[in-house]
Amino acid sequence: MSSLPILSLIVFAPWIGALLLALFGRNLGANARRALGLVFSGSTLVLALVVVGLFNPAAAGYQFGESHAWITTLNVNYRLGLDGLSLLLVLLTGIVSPLCLMASWRIERDTHTFGALFLLLQGAALGVFLALDFFHWFLFWELTLVPAFFLIKLWGGPGATRAAYQFVIYTLAGGAFMLLGFAALYVATGTLDFAELTRLAATGGLAPKLAALGGFWPTAVFVGVFLGLAVKVPLFPFHTWLPSAYAEAPTGASMFLTGVMSKMGVYGFLRILWPLFPAQLHAAAPCLLWLALGGVVLGAFAAMKQTDLKRMVAYSSINHLSYCLLALFAVASATKPDAAASALSGTLLQMFNHGLSAAALFACVGILEARSGGLRGLNDFGGVRTVAPLFAGLCGVAMFSSLGLPGLNGFVGEFLIFSGVFGLAPWAAAVACLGLLATALFLLTFWQRVFHGPVGAGVAAFRDLDRVEILTLLPFAILMFLFGVLPQIVIILFNPLVTTWAAHLP
Amino acid sequence: MNTPYGELLVALRPELCLVVGALVALAVDLPKSSRSPTQRLQISSTIGAIAIIAALVCGLDAGLPGQLFSGVFNLDMLAQASRAGVLGLALLTLGITAGTSRLRHPAEFVAIILFATAGFTLMAVAQQLLLAFLALELASLSLYVLAGFDKTRPESAEAALKYFLFGGVSAAFMLFGFSLIYGITGSIELPEIAHRLAMTDTSPLLMVALVMVLVAFGFKAAAAPFHLWAPDVYEGAPAPASALIASASKLAGFTLFLRLLWPGLGAVSGNLTGTAGWLPVVALIAVASMLLSNLAALAQSNVRRLLAYSAIAHAGALLLGVIAAGTSGPSPVFYYAATYGLATVGAFGVIAVIERTGPCHSLSDLAGLRTRSPLLTGCLFVFILSLAGIPPLAGFVGKFVVFSAALKLGGLAGWMALLAIFLSAIALYYYLLILKQALVVPAAAPTSAPLRVPPVAAFALLITAGLIVLLGLWPSLLLGLF
Amino acid sequence: MNLLPWTIYVSFAGAFLALLAGTRSASAARWVALATAVAGTLLTLLAAQSFTPGPAMQTLVDVPWIGELGVRYHLAVDGISLTLLVLTGLAATAGILFSWNIEERTGEFFSLYLALIGGVYGVFMSVDAFVLFVFYEIAIVPKYFLIAIWGSTNREYGAMKLVLYSFAGSALVLAGLLWAYAAGGAHGFGLDELTIAATHISHPSQIAIFALVFLGFAVLAGMFPFHTWAPTGHVAAPTAASMLLAGVVMKLGAYGCLRVALPMFPGAFAACQPIIAWLAIAGIIYAGFIALVQEDFKFVIGYSSVSHMGFVLLGIAAATPLALAGAVLQMFSHGVIAGLLFAVVGRMVYERTHTRQLAALTAMPLHRLLPFAAVVFVLAGLASLGLPGFSGFPAELSILIGTWQAKPLWALVAAVGIVVAGAFTLRAIQVAFFGSTGARASSVDAHAHPLPPITLAEKSGALLLLAATLFVGLKPDVLLNWIVPALQSPAFQAVIKGGTP
Repeated sequence: MSSLPILSLIVFAPWIGALLLALFGRNLGANARRALGLVFSGSTLVLALVVVGLFNPAAAGYQFGESHAWITTLNVNYRLGLDGLSLLLVLLTGIVSPLCLMASWRIERDTHTFGALFLLLQGAALGVFLALDFFHWFLFWELTLVPAFFLIKLWGGPGATRAAYQFVIYTLAGGAFMLLGFAALYVATGTLDFAELTRLAATGGLAPKLAALGGFWPTAVFVGVFLGLAVKVPLFPFHTWLPSAYAEAPTGASMFLTGVMSKMGVYGFLRILWPLFPAQLHAAAPCLLWLALGGVVLGAFAAMKQTDLKRMVAYSSINHLSYCLLALFAVASATKPDAAASALSGTLLQMFNHGLSAAALFACVGILEARSGGLRGLNDFGGVRTVAPLFAGLCGVAMFSSLGLPGLNGFVGEFLIFSGVFGLAPWAAAVACLGLLATALFLLTFWQRVFHGPVGAGVAAFRDLDRVEILTLLPFAILMFLFGVLPQIVIILFNPLVTTWAAHLP
Repeated sequence: MNTPYGELLVALRPELCLVVGALVALAVDLPKSSRSPTQRLQISSTIGAIAIIAALVCGLDAGLPGQLFSGVFNLDMLAQASRAGVLGLALLTLGITAGTSRLRHPAEFVAIILFATAGFTLMAVAQQLLLAFLALELASLSLYVLAGFDKTRPESAEAALKYFLFGGVSAAFMLFGFSLIYGITGSIELPEIAHRLAMTDTSPLLMVALVMVLVAFGFKAAAAPFHLWAPDVYEGAPAPASALIASASKLAGFTLFLRLLWPGLGAVSGNLTGTAGWLPVVALIAVASMLLSNLAALAQSNVRRLLAYSAIAHAGALLLGVIAAGTSGPSPVFYYAATYGLATVGAFGVIAVIERTGPCHSLSDLAGLRTRSPLLTGCLFVFILSLAGIPPLAGFVGKFVVFSAALKLGGLAGWMALLAIFLSAIALYYYLLILKQALVVPAAAPTSAPLRVPPVAAFALLITAGLIVLLGLWPSLLLGLF
Repeated sequence: MNLLPWTIYVSFAGAFLALLAGTRSASAARWVALATAVAGTLLTLLAAQSFTPGPAMQTLVDVPWIGELGVRYHLAVDGISLTLLVLTGLAATAGILFSWNIEERTGEFFSLYLALIGGVYGVFMSVDAFVLFVFYEIAIVPKYFLIAIWGSTNREYGAMKLVLYSFAGSALVLAGLLWAYAAGGAHGFGLDELTIAATHISHPSQIAIFALVFLGFAVLAGMFPFHTWAPTGHVAAPTAASMLLAGVVMKLGAYGCLRVALPMFPGAFAACQPIIAWLAIAGIIYAGFIALVQEDFKFVIGYSSVSHMGFVLLGIAAATPLALAGAVLQMFSHGVIAGLLFAVVGRMVYERTHTRQLAALTAMPLHRLLPFAAVVFVLAGLASLGLPGFSGFPAELSILIGTWQAKPLWALVAAVGIVVAGAFTLRAIQVAFFGSTGARASSVDAHAHPLPPITLAEKSGALLLLAATLFVGLKPDVLLNWIVPALQSPAFQAVIKGGTP
C-alpha cells in the first residue's frame, strides 16, 4: 500500500481546482476555465482507477486508511478509509462528474464560478463516501448543500429560488435531526468513529448503552438518523423537494444530484443506519418496506403523469432509488443470507447503474432543452430521431438502460434486487413489479413522443450532436453496454464485502 | 469652672479665619472707587479664597483634640474631615463664583459665602444642641440671602422667599424639638442626653420631640415629603448659591444629623422591625425621597429642577446611610455626601458658566455643548455620570459603600438598599437625558457660539472632576480616615 | 502572560490618545485606534502562546485596592477568559477596520470605542466581583453614545433602551453581589471568597440572590424574554458598535453567568436549571421565527444573535462539561460570525445602497454589484447556521451533546432551532443578495447602479474574521484545549456536579 494519502488526494484535488478557479478563473478565457475544471474533475477518475489497481478485493475491511488526531476533546479523528462500497461510489463520481461538466459546456455565464462550485460539490461528495468519522462525514454531507444550493439558484430555471430553498431546508432539517442522533450516540458511547461504532454494534455493546438513555430515547436516536438519511435519498414520503430541485437545476447539476448525491443517502443507510441500528431497523422494516414500495410504485406512476421531461426523469429517480432501499429493508426484515447477498449486491449495482443512466437521461433532456430554447415538455417535440439520429440512438441506450433491458447495465442490478427480495419478502417483490411496469410505460412514452412521430414544429431545425455532446453521451453509452455485458468487473469490487455482510446478518 | 478659652481659640482658628476673611472682603470693598464689578469680584474672591485656604490649613493643623470646651465641641475625625470637606466645597464654589458671577455686589456675595461656610464648619464640630442650632441658623440665614442675591431676576426673589419660609418653619420645629429634648433629659449636651435617655423609658413626649427634629432635618436636607422648596430654590437661586446649598450644606447637615442621632439619640433609635423610635421615621423618609424624586425627575425638562430632584434622591440614599451608620460608622455617609457634593458643585458650575452668555433652564439649552466647549462637556460628563453612580467615578463607590452597609444590617434596611439599587437604574435615564443634550444633540442656531470658560472656573471645574476620578479610583483616601 | 493586563491599559490609553488625535485629524485618530486594537490583539495572542492550560485561574495582578471593603485589584485568567480575550482583540480590530469611513467626530468615536474595549478586556480578566463590576459598567456607558451619536434608524430610542436594559441588568447584579457579600459575611469581593461566603446563606436566599445575579447578566446576554433591547439596539447602532455589541458585549452577560452566578450558587443553579434551559430554548426558537419574517436586513441579524446566544445559555443551563465548553466555544464563534454579518449588512451594503429593506435590496443584483460582500455574507451565513467546517458547528455540536447528557428533550427541541436558523439565514442570503438572478441580472444592471467598491480596510477586516471562524471550525481543539481544563477547577466542578438533574 502506498504511503501517499491517496484518499485525501481524491477528496481534496477537486477542491484545489475549485480554489484555483475561484481565485484565478477571472483571468482565464472561458474554454480555459472549462478545461481547468474538467482536469480537476477528472482527477477523481484517474485516482480512483489507481486505487482500483491497488485495491485488494478479497479483504472486507477498510483499506488505504488514514488517521490523524483532530479534536481530542470530542474524541474526533480525521479518518478516511475505503472498502468496496466506497470504491464503487468514488468510481461512479469519477465517471459522472467530468461528464456533468461536459454537459455544462454550453453555460456561458460565470463559468469559473460554476466550475468552482461544481468542484466543491464533487469534493464534498467524495468526502462523504470516504470519511469514517461522523464529524467530518457530516461536514462533507452538509457542505454538499452549499454549492448545490447556488448551482440550482444561480443557473437554474425560473422556479429555482423556491426549489433551491426547499431542497436545502428539507435536507438541513434532516441533517439537524441526524446531528442530534449522533449527539446522543456520542453521549452513549463517547466516540463518533463509524468503524468503532460498528464494532460496538456488532459485538452487542451499543444496544445496552443506548438503552441506558432510557424511555423512548433509543428509538428517537434511530429516528433522528433515519430522518436525515431518508430525506437525502429520498424515501417516500420525504421526497417532495426532489422533483422541483432536479427539474429547476441546470443540466450538469441535475446530473450530479441524481447521479451522485442521491447515492449519499443510500450510502448512509448502508454505512450507518443498518450496521448501527440493526434491531431498530429490523423492527421498523415492515413499515419501511411499504414506504420503499410507495417510492417504487408511486414514483413510477407520478413519472407517468408528468409532462415535463425533467420532472419525469426526477420521479424515475425516486422510483429507482427506492429499489435500493426496498432491497435493504427486505434484508433487514428477514435473515436469509443467500437472498440477502443477492439483494445487497443488487443494491450496490443499482446505485452504480442508476448513477449512469439517470445522469445520462438528464444530459439528454438538457440537450433537448438547449435545442428548443428551454422547452422540455413531453409534447413539445416529435420526430427528433429523423433529425438527430445519433442523439436518438445514444438517448435510447440510456433510456433502455434505465428501463432495465437485458444486455444493458440496468438489468443486472434490478434482477439481483428482485431475486433477492423475492426470497425475503415475496409480496413486496410482487408489488414492486407494478413499478417496473409503470417505468416501462413512461419511458416508452418519452421515447415515442419525443423521437418518433411527425417532426414537430421547432424540431426540424435541430442539429445533431456536436463534438462536446458526443463526448458527453458516448462514454455513458459505452459504459452501459460494458457493465451490462460484464457486470462482474464491478461486482468483483464489492462481492467479498457483501458476502461478509450477508454472513453476519444479525 | 476652668474654661479653656486658649484651647478653644486654637481649635476654632478655621472659623476665625473665615469670619475675618469675610470682614476684610467687605472692608476692602467699602470705599467707593472706580473699580469695575469684575475687579471687585476678583479682589474679594481672592480674599475669600485666602481665608478659606487659611481655614483649611488651620483646621488640618489642629490635630484631633476630641472634646473641647466641656463637650460643646467635638473635634473627632468626622468633624475634622467634614470641616475640611465643607471648606473644600466652599472653595470650589468660590472658584465658580469668581469665574462667572455678574452680581452687582460681589464682595457681599463672597462675604456671605464665607459666613455660611463658618456656619457649616461649626455644624461639623457641634456637640451641643444650642450650638448646633446656632450654627445651623447662621448657615441657613446666609443661604437665604445667597438664594435671593440676584435682584435682577424675580425667580431669585421667589426662591429666597420660599427657602426662607420653609427654613423658618423648620427652624421653629427644630427649636421646639430641641427644647422638648432638653425638657425630658435636662441637658443640651449630646453625651449627657444619651446618658439620660438610656435610663428613661420612651415617652410619647419624646416621640413628639423626635418627630419635630426629624421633620426639621427633613426640611433642611430636602427629603421627601418636605422637599417642596428644593426644585424652586435650585431653579431660582444664582448657580453658585445653588451649588453651595446642594453640596457643602448637605455635607455639614448630614454630619450634624449623624452626630445628633447616633451618639445623641441612639438610645431611642428603635428599630426597623416595629419598635418605636426615630429609625422607622428616617426609613420612611428615605424610601419616600428615593421613590418620589426618581419618578418625578423623569418628567423634568429643566436642568436645575432635574438636579434638585436628583438631590432629593441622593438625600434618600444618604438617609439610608444614616440608618446604617449605627453599625458601619460614619464613613459611608461621609464619603457619599462629600463625593455627591463635589459632583453637584461641578454640575452647577457648568450651568453657571453657560449662564454667563445665555439661559440654562431647559435641557435643550445644553444642546450642542460639546461643540461650544469641549472642556465643559468633558467635566459635565464626569459629574453627571458620578451622580448616576457609574464606576470608576466616586459616585459609584459612594453608592457601593452605603448600600453594602445597609445590606449588612439585613432586614428592612437590606430591602431598602435593593430598592435603591433598582431605582439607580431608573435614575440613569434622566441623567442620560442631560448628557444626550450635551453630547448628542447638535446646537440650535442662536446658541451655537463657542463658550469661553473663565480660567478660574475652568480650574475649579477641572479640580472637581479630577477629585471625583481620584476619589473613585482611590476611595481609601476618604474611607481610610475613619 | 503577565502582559495581559496591558490590554486594558493600552486600550484606555488609546482611547485618550484617539480623542487627542481626533482634534488634529480624523485619519490620525483612525491609525491610533487601529494601532491600539492591534496591540491588544497581539498581546492576547502573545499570552495565548505562552499559556499553559490548567484548572486554576492564573493570577496576573493582585494588589489591595480598597482596603476598607476588602477589594483587591485582582486580575487572573484561565482558558475561558483567554478565549474571550482573543475574541475581543479580533472583534475590536475588525470593528475598527469597518469604521474606517467614520468622518463625523472620528476621534470621539474611536475614543468611546476603545474605552468600551478596555472595559470588556477588564471584565474577562477580573476575579474580584467589585473590579469585574467596575469594568462591566465601563463597558456599558460608551454604548449609549456610540449608538446615539453615530447610529441610524431610531437611534436615540435604541440607545436608551439598550443602555437602560443593560444598566437595569447590572443593577440586579450589583444588588445580588452586595446581598451575598452582606448576608454571607464576606470580608472582600474576591469571587472565591464570595463563593465561600455564599455557602453560609440559607437556601431560599441563595435562590433569590442567584436569580438576581443570573438574571442581571442574562439580560445582557439577550435571554428571552429580556432580549428586546438587542435587536433594536443592534439595528440602531453604527456598524462597528453592532459588531461589538453582538460580538463581545453580549458575551459579557454570558461570561458573567458562567464566571460569577454559577460557581457562587451551584445549589441554587441546580434548582433553577430547567427554567433557564427552557427560557434559552424559547429564545432560540422564538427569535429564529421572528428573524424569519423580518423585513429589515439588520433586524434579521439582530434576532439571529438572540437565537444564537440562546445556544450559549442552553449550554450554560445544561452544565455538563461538554455543554459548558460548547457554550464558551459558541461565544467565540458567535462573536466572530455576528461581527461579520453586521459588517456586511451595516457597512458593506447599507452604506452603499442606503437601504436595509429586503424588498428594496432584492431588486438590486447585489451579488453582481458587490460580489465580495455577497461571498462574505454567504460564508458568514453558512457559519452562522452551523455548517460544519466553520466555528459554529463544533460549538453547537458540543452544546447539543452536552445538553443531551443533561436532558435529551432540551436538545431535541433546540435542534428545531438549528433548522429555523437555516431557514432565516438562507432567506436572508437569497433575498438580499440573489434576489434578481439569472437572465434578469444582466451586466447592464451593474452599470445602472454604480456602488463604491469595497475598500481595503473592509476586505482585511472581513478576511480576519473569516480566517478566525474557519480556523476554529477546522481546529476547535486550539480553543477547547484551553477551555476544557478550566472546567476542571473546583468552582466549575461544583456546578457540574450540583447541576446534573
